[in-house]
Amino acid sequence: MSLRNEIAIVGAFEHPRRWAPDKTAFQIAAESARGALEDAGVGPADVDGYATSGVGPIGALSMCHHLDLKPDWIDSTAIGGSSFVAQVANAGAAIRAGLCTTVLVSYGSTAASERFAIGTGGGFTMDPPDQFDAPYGPTIVGAYAMAAQRHMHQYGTTSEQLAGIAVTMRRHAGLNPDAKYRDPITVDDVLASRMISSPLHLLDCCVISDGGGALVVTSAERARDLRRKPVLLLGAGIANRHPGIGRRDILDIAARQSGARAFERAQVSRDDVDLCMIYDSFTITVLLTLENLGFCAPGEGGAFVGDGRIGLGGALPVNLDGGGLSSNHPGMRGIFLVVEAVRQLRGEAGPRQVAGAKIALCHGTGGFLGIRHSGATLLLAGA
Amino acid sequence: MSNQAAAKKPIPRIDEESKGYWEACRRHELRIQHCLGCGTLRHHPRAVCPKCLSSEVGWVLSSGRGVVYTFTVTHQNQMPGFREDLPYVLAYVELEEGIMLLTNVVGCPPAEVRIGLPVEVVFEDVGDDVAIPRFRPRGAGVIA
Repeated sequence: MSLRNEIAIVGAFEHPRRWAPDKTAFQIAAESARGALEDAGVGPADVDGYATSGVGPIGALSMCHHLDLKPDWIDSTAIGGSSFVAQVANAGAAIRAGLCTTVLVSYGSTAASERFAIGTGGGFTMDPPDQFDAPYGPTIVGAYAMAAQRHMHQYGTTSEQLAGIAVTMRRHAGLNPDAKYRDPITVDDVLASRMISSPLHLLDCCVISDGGGALVVTSAERARDLRRKPVLLLGAGIANRHPGIGRRDILDIAARQSGARAFERAQVSRDDVDLCMIYDSFTITVLLTLENLGFCAPGEGGAFVGDGRIGLGGALPVNLDGGGLSSNHPGMRGIFLVVEAVRQLRGEAGPRQVAGAKIALCHGTGGFLGIRHSGATLLLAGA
Repeated sequence: MSNQAAAKKPIPRIDEESKGYWEACRRHELRIQHCLGCGTLRHHPRAVCPKCLSSEVGWVLSSGRGVVYTFTVTHQNQMPGFREDLPYVLAYVELEEGIMLLTNVVGCPPAEVRIGLPVEVVFEDVGDDVAIPRFRPRGAGVIA
């Protein structure tokens, strides 16, 4: 039983605020849910499936209470920032299996106004395997920085090449009126910004913002009766990587597996992809993800992201909204990858529209790239 | 690593699965768990072998020598116990036995750390019950 062309995203909404000290995270999630439901032209009574992540110790239950939802299907997948990307795939599987018909996926966070140190704070328990890591002071940025350091050592990748990714994301953010940072930056600006965890500088790191978003997922059949032109799910994959029993190639990331599955299932090739929405927690995340998705060979990412290829107008535009590096990152960015892909495939992205975009790839990375992380890939098509 | 900072860092919770490892560390021995069912070496220690599902556990004594597989110099960490140590080196060290450990490289300026650097284990006692294994450049002869 395939999901190909059977599942549709019919509603999408990104909360416009990046700084919302006057709102709660639940409020942002509820306002985002309202936006996506209105976009889809359905109401709360139509929702019989619900997915969220990152709210409360008992997963989706508190949000279900807050939204007064009693759905037939609930998903609290907690694999980091990629969770919402995975939840679109999970929702599709649940709908295809007949467990529900219309799934709301929502997210809200006040990370910035609560002064939450996403990348450089704690977050470890003393469960195995954390008790063997926590004594050494790992940070999220450090876990990505170790992958960057290894990539530079193994392949000669440079800080300038990584910085170029941040420069491109900022250029895209300049075309997005909602983006947190919109003024252009240069490679020199990135290299001159303070070192956070070598070789990653401040401007190699995503911003910290408030924010939220929501999606409505249903069957392609039901989508035909709704107001918006559906965006169809072609294929999906979910994977993870970790050191296992103590052996690992740190440059082999979950995207290799999740991407391969998504492409097989979608029956499309890399050349068919018009744009990519790639979780850019850090510049290195984009480079490693493109390599592992098979857009270029291992080690070639540094050259691949140069020459304007990943910018608007290039052969493979990436993160047209400005990404986590410049637009928004409230802690778990996965949902925004899908929202922007939907906007692009509907042709409503305004000055940052990729002309004639038919197929988009979304890839979320969650967790600590160089330690343990998840990857979730979606291939989506405009109608 | 300053002693004051050490007291504020997370202290491993020694449990049924990990006590063989941490008790060895307290004796300043780095031990790697060894499955008596299939012979696989594994880190972190765990009660059930993920390969053959055996619960029969042995321990081999590591040479304590390895090389830096990758690293980062951490310049920002808000957590008490670590912010006092900035900048510090977080690293994966690959032991001669082929096992990788997340650790710190100590005993030299962070700028001297590079991938491939030969290192050896050094233990830091934290209280009476726990010692944390870290690594220093081999032949450095400096107490971290």
